[in-house]
Amino acid sequence: MSGDKILNVDRLTMRFGGIVAVQDLSFSAARKKITALIGPNGAGKTTVFNCITGFYKPSGGTIRLTHDDGRTVALERLNDFRIAKQAKVARTFQNIRLFPGMTALENLMVAQHNALMRASGFTFLGLVGAPGYRDAEKRAIDLATDWLKRVNLLDRADDAAGNFAYGDQRRLEIARAMCTEPALLCLDEPAAGLNARESAALSELLLSIRDELGTSILLIEHDMSVVMEISDHIVVMDHGVKIAEGTPREVRDDTKVIAAYLGADEEEAAAVMEGGS
Amino acid sequence: MKAPSTHTAKTATGIPALLKTAFINALVALVLFSLMVGIRTEAGASGQLTYWTRFGDLASLVAAVFGGSIVIELLRQWIGPIGAEKLVPPAVRSGMSFLGRFVAPALLIFTLLVPVIFYNQRYILDLAILVLTYVMLGWGLNVVVGLAGLLDLGYVAFYAVGAYSYGLLATNFGWSFWICLPLAGILAAFWGVLLGFPVLRLRGDYLAIVTLAFGEIIRLVIINWQDLTGGPNGVSGIPRPSFFGIPLDNSDDGLAAKLGIEYSPTHRIIFLFYLILALALLTNWATIRLRRLPIGRAWEALREDEVACRALGINTTTTKLTAFATGAMFGGFAGAFFATRQGFISPESFTFQESALVLAIVVLGGMGSQLGVALAALAMIGGFELFRSLEGYRMLVFGMAMVLIMIWRPRGLIGHRAPTVYLTKAQAISSDLVKEGHG
Repeated sequence: MSGDKILNVDRLTMRFGGIVAVQDLSFSAARKKITALIGPNGAGKTTVFNCITGFYKPSGGTIRLTHDDGRTVALERLNDFRIAKQAKVARTFQNIRLFPGMTALENLMVAQHNALMRASGFTFLGLVGAPGYRDAEKRAIDLATDWLKRVNLLDRADDAAGNFAYGDQRRLEIARAMCTEPALLCLDEPAAGLNARESAALSELLLSIRDELGTSILLIEHDMSVVMEISDHIVVMDHGVKIAEGTPREVRDDTKVIAAYLGADEEEAAAVMEGGS
Repeated sequence: MKAPSTHTAKTATGIPALLKTAFINALVALVLFSLMVGIRTEAGASGQLTYWTRFGDLASLVAAVFGGSIVIELLRQWIGPIGAEKLVPPAVRSGMSFLGRFVAPALLIFTLLVPVIFYNQRYILDLAILVLTYVMLGWGLNVVVGLAGLLDLGYVAFYAVGAYSYGLLATNFGWSFWICLPLAGILAAFWGVLLGFPVLRLRGDYLAIVTLAFGEIIRLVIINWQDLTGGPNGVSGIPRPSFFGIPLDNSDDGLAAKLGIEYSPTHRIIFLFYLILALALLTNWATIRLRRLPIGRAWEALREDEVACRALGINTTTTKLTAFATGAMFGGFAGAFFATRQGFISPESFTFQESALVLAIVVLGGMGSQLGVALAALAMIGGFELFRSLEGYRMLVFGMAMVLIMIWRPRGLIGHRAPTVYLTKAQAISSDLVKEGHG
């Protein structure tokens, strides 16, 4: 197993009854790089995500996560919350899932639940007000404040998350995922519904997460301007199988990819390409 | 109260609308009541139709509707949704919110002084103890329903477990109240976890039904397990609580004799009063404390979005179980108190009606709000006593009151949520944003 890959997906298959959503999909995500998973609607991208983050149990195949220290975790064997807790994989959702009735700061505090639980002696020490817990809580607030600054929401820290504008909610959800201090950050369409300026800010944020913190990112995205700008590697899916992968430039010129997006045959796509160039 | 002149423009736009609403309401009342009240018909002596008019009554009814709708409209705008046009001058409103901050401390001081003020009024003391018992039950259930968002219709089961734990341990082994109290809490928490396990996967209506069934199962087991629980005859002769070993009675060892004061049966009542007050305040303190700990935040996060919780690595199973166990533990404490206060317990005290009443208190008070639950318990239990003279109409009055409150304040008396942590300023969160939980 190569050390520069954080995630290795091997022959992943997911069936729902008779429907095969993902078939024999193999790809890997490089450490400290941004890997994008793209494809037309219904290609099975979110299914792959749900398998990686433990919301679905794959019908077949393996998903291996290799941490910086060489520790390898078999994600297909862990279920739901353990993937976030033990394997350090954090995710966001296509339809934003914040805690709308809690403030932005509280959202980020909930993300640090496991660390704070240990610090509070599983509630008992915290209940009697042990100083160790108070320090841990202060550190948690500092981390949350730091993230609020990064996503430019510091002045709204005490506002309910449900009151935030759509773009702000998207950024807050990324900040919340990052507060779990993940090794791999999975983003499900982070740029959906954002305007051009917000998309640009998002690209900047993701690049800073990669460059400054060294967190590996796996993202699903439809906004090609974002994908082409920030991705180091792109995997293209259609109808549950991988049809291409490579650098943004390679993928952009791949006839299979264009055919899939146009919903046409490969020959037609090639004809379109030639005609256009 | 006169509005400051700067606000007259704002008020003026509202007053015609207000009068218009009141006028329409009065008109509807006039049409309705003119036949129902205005003209009275009756069969005369020889079977002919006799009628007479009661325009005086009609006029007073219509006037009452007119005045009432103005008052209601003002109240509605006062406490109604944020952003609605306000007719009440801001000075009054800021004064009210200023007073609002002192409601809880004032209520606490008053409660502490109740035995002093009403020393010789046994009825009021008994009522106060009853209200406090329900305040405690409400606060206990609030952890499960208000914070974790798990609808529990069988809360009375834990109350029963607590009561029977104390009753049986005390009558069979002669253990003291102060040893049995924590045991009752632990046993109830244990049953809370037992209930929690099978219902973890259930949500909403399904969860409610299973918890409802659980409450009934506990009651039926108590009725049918005659060897242990005495069945429908209940457990009698449950010892009264002692003041840390010193009995509160007429004997030479009694507290009165030791303190050298004259014995009075009121001492015991006052002791019970402060006991339940202490237990209720313990519940309140623990809940407020827990809310600010990671576990409490996880409960609230669970209410807001369970899937997101799992994505953040929160073990939703243990989080739900701890909520059930914590709520059940407080129910168990209250049950032990109930047993020692009554001296006799039977399955009749633990019917579904009790669960429904406690749940109504939590919902009416505003799910998650400690002060709201206390006020709702006071209103419900106190109100029940207040309207005792109405006999059969009592429930009717209560049903109407609940419907009205749910129309005006669909999220309970105190509907907003206070954040558990803040950077610069704690802002109340509007109830529109706070989720009720999925079950």
